[in-house]
Amino acid sequence: MLDNFMPTGAEYFRVLPEILLTLFGVLIMFLEAVLPESAKTILSKVAGVGLLAALAAAYFTDPGKAFQGMLVIDNFATFFRILVIAIGFLTVFASSDYLRREGQAGGEYYMLILFSVVGQCVMATANELIMIFIGLEISSIASYVLAGYLRDDPRNNESALKYFLLGSFATAFLLYGVAWIYGATGSTNLTTIRGELINGNVPIVMAATAAALILVGLAFKVSAVPFQVWAPDVYQGAPAPVSAFLSVGPKAAAFAVLLRVFVGGFGPLADRWAPLLWAIALATMTVGNFAAILQSNIKRMLAYSSIAHAGYVLVAVTANSNTGSAAAMFYLAAYAFTNLGAFAVVAYFSRKGERYVTISDFEGLAERQPAMAAMMTIFLLSLIGVPLTGGFFGKFYIFKAALDSNLVWLTVLGLLNSAVAAYYYLRILVVMYMKEPGESMQDLPPAGAAMKVAVYGSALGTLVLGIFPAWVLDFATKANLR
Amino acid sequence: MALLDAVIFLPLVGFLALLFVPKDNPQASRMGALVISLLVFIVSLGLLGPYWYQYPTGLTTETNLPWISFPPIRYHVGVDGLSLWLVLLSTLLTPIAVLVSWKYIQNRAKEFYAFLILLEFGLIGVFVAYDLFLFYVFWEVALVPMYFLIGIWGHDRRIYATVKFFLYTMAGSVLMLAAIIFLYNRTGTFDYLALRDMVQSGALSFSPREELLLFLAFFGAFAIKVPLFPLHTWLPDAHVEAPTAGSVMLASVMLKMGTYGLVRFCLPLFPNAAHQCAGWIAALAITGIVYGALVAMVQPNMKKLVAYSSVSHLGFVVLGIFSFTQQGLDGAVYQMLNHGVSTGALFMLVGYLYERRHSLEIAAYGGVATPAPNLAAVFLIVTLASIGLPMLNNFVGEYLVLQGTSQAHFSWAVAAATGVILSACYMLWLYQRTFYGRASESLSHHMPDLSPREWAAILPLLILMVWMGSFPQTFMPSISVQNAAILEQSKVRNVGQAASLRRVANPLGAQLAKLPQTEVAGAR
Repeated sequence: MLDNFMPTGAEYFRVLPEILLTLFGVLIMFLEAVLPESAKTILSKVAGVGLLAALAAAYFTDPGKAFQGMLVIDNFATFFRILVIAIGFLTVFASSDYLRREGQAGGEYYMLILFSVVGQCVMATANELIMIFIGLEISSIASYVLAGYLRDDPRNNESALKYFLLGSFATAFLLYGVAWIYGATGSTNLTTIRGELINGNVPIVMAATAAALILVGLAFKVSAVPFQVWAPDVYQGAPAPVSAFLSVGPKAAAFAVLLRVFVGGFGPLADRWAPLLWAIALATMTVGNFAAILQSNIKRMLAYSSIAHAGYVLVAVTANSNTGSAAAMFYLAAYAFTNLGAFAVVAYFSRKGERYVTISDFEGLAERQPAMAAMMTIFLLSLIGVPLTGGFFGKFYIFKAALDSNLVWLTVLGLLNSAVAAYYYLRILVVMYMKEPGESMQDLPPAGAAMKVAVYGSALGTLVLGIFPAWVLDFATKANLR
Repeated sequence: MALLDAVIFLPLVGFLALLFVPKDNPQASRMGALVISLLVFIVSLGLLGPYWYQYPTGLTTETNLPWISFPPIRYHVGVDGLSLWLVLLSTLLTPIAVLVSWKYIQNRAKEFYAFLILLEFGLIGVFVAYDLFLFYVFWEVALVPMYFLIGIWGHDRRIYATVKFFLYTMAGSVLMLAAIIFLYNRTGTFDYLALRDMVQSGALSFSPREELLLFLAFFGAFAIKVPLFPLHTWLPDAHVEAPTAGSVMLASVMLKMGTYGLVRFCLPLFPNAAHQCAGWIAALAITGIVYGALVAMVQPNMKKLVAYSSVSHLGFVVLGIFSFTQQGLDGAVYQMLNHGVSTGALFMLVGYLYERRHSLEIAAYGGVATPAPNLAAVFLIVTLASIGLPMLNNFVGEYLVLQGTSQAHFSWAVAAATGVILSACYMLWLYQRTFYGRASESLSHHMPDLSPREWAAILPLLILMVWMGSFPQTFMPSISVQNAAILEQSKVRNVGQAASLRRVANPLGAQLAKLPQTEVAGAR
């Protein structure tokens, strides 16, 4: 009997990315302690190597289940694992110059990034509510610390504290929902839950309550209205590369969970949760876009914009179909490159102590650093949704999926929303290209090599997804949740 | 076919090449842009091959390759009698725009020329795309460089103007995107020819409400671009603030994206809805003709005057299209080209004046003919072309539009004809105030006559004005056969059904029945 509980070798191989990431994280902690101060620049490279190794492992793992079906490695999981590991990789590159500038280039930063990515990988593969919870906690706790990483800066403290308090509160909701569904179905396995719901031997009120509570927890993590209030404060206060990471990595993983739980597990209850998500999606898009118009701080503006973009992805979830899931996955990938790149440019530009983070500080960037301004232009055009960028195809697939599911009004309102959004992204283009350089341009150094890798890499990803979207979409389409 | 692909992608290659020209060598960027744009023009002349003394309908050159596997988006481009001249217009005006910017653009010249060439890429793409999705891609791609051209190198209120321009166009085009997706979801294809054939054969049919909404989604995007009254308010701002080359490209080519879209997509895909709305649209077009002309008359600013005259001229184009007659459509398409040539030339001349005196106010001029007789003569020719003097280009187009419209509805033609008279008023008055009278001392000193470069830029357009006005048969037959095909495709599918449609979809019911469009032109 006990033999059945012992995982086989193949099962260990299926979680090789997580294992590698953990090992490298521990290795970094160890090196941090033994290496002399001068050799510590190598730590970011160690993290990079670890992430690359995990990326390769994630790409080559064979599909299947692991640990009694608690984890499932399917196309869906592989897609998200590759995505979050790639996000971690670009974040490491975007961070190393920044941390050196702030005089805080410690190893624990990279260790925390690796552990956060581990958590997100677990979230991507979990087919079981308890595993989802564990993954979420691993990812979140590392993220809370990252948000307050520059501990002498009061903005970092505020950011971390807010994120931690509200985040734990939301996790409690999620856990409470898990308890309800366990009570109703006797299982926390999503496949079993789906089966029980289809068979109809679950009290509908209990199942719906559970779904609602879980939705609250996840809506917080993806910063959906009305659980979005933390996002602007956290993104504004956290170090810029961390904001970059938080706005794409944990969000992508949370959407992976949202898709797996709602389109997968709670799929049979769709006629109950779909109207709710419809309203949340619309409110999230609208609140995010209209609030972003009013911002003068670029990090805060990008925070509201990331709320709006979460709204677009929620449209795809509302569509509740395989094309909808594929569209959401594509969008998250395109958005990850785009937003990471935009935040990386902000990290580069802000200078020591993040002095230059208002939109007007970007005046004349195109004259002083035309290459960086051009990259920022690509990111902003992708956020607007102009063709030949990943953001455009993401929106296109999402609204196509929505129309497939007859969500005509949501589509029309969503598209009009994206026209509104053009306004505040254009403001940044205006100040970069159409204003004279001001005081903020005087001591602007050229970007370091690592930062260039992060920015150019993100721009390349954005353009490749915009010109050859089929490469990623084909993969996403194979990820069947139902 | 490789030739067409070369015409499309040469500008893109040129754009990328220009990015690598050193920043501190503006002369290299200028020369580079001129060489690239001339090369594109010469190559594009090759597209005329199949039209040499013969007038084929349908696509004469075509490339159809897969681009994205799912949803099946194809790189499907082609040229027919309608696209041909608009492509040539784009490729002709780009080198001219480079030439007029030679001295005017000194600041950040490299970026300027790069954006100008990128704009050419987008514009050509719009006119040759036969996949709705590809069309949308080019449509948006053309928007971005123009945004920068106005915003960086424009006049004082450039930022307001360029943001307004971008947002107006964007708002219109997202709804078109929704309609494109809807069509795809219904049929499984983005291919325009396939969709059109389905509509023609009846394999694809819409409920009246669907068709109306789809038509309006497309029409809205195009009407903003044309621009049709009352959606025109972005145009005067954009024109006045844009640098000369921006105004030229905007007026000559970019506005044609809208009218081209109407002819190419709105009529054949949604014939019933097009007929159903024709009366309303004609009313707006006529309002635009008269309103644009009246507003032009009272403008103290030259560029604004020319901009409002564009609103008026484009009203003729829309009116011709929605007259659903052969002459009307021929005239409309011809007028698209005429407007491109003559209004482009007007904006150039206004730009020449601005470079000399740094003012767009008409009151700042007067007596220019004395120090600059050649400039005055050229301006006069362009003015006369613009007001539709016989033997010059606009006359042919306007005459055909009015004839076609009068066949459909005589009263429409009468109303529109007032625009012709008004155009003579405001243009001749502009000419009189600018060029006649006594030149002030300061003006005479700063008013050199046309330079060889300026001559080189304007001369091709002058030749075209005379050519298009005197020998329209060079251009017309190839346009005409294509228009005949489009007209055939845009017949009301089922007259009985269309009649009932009109009752259902008109909120104003009986009131509307009094309007002239109840006599559907297709019934004639």
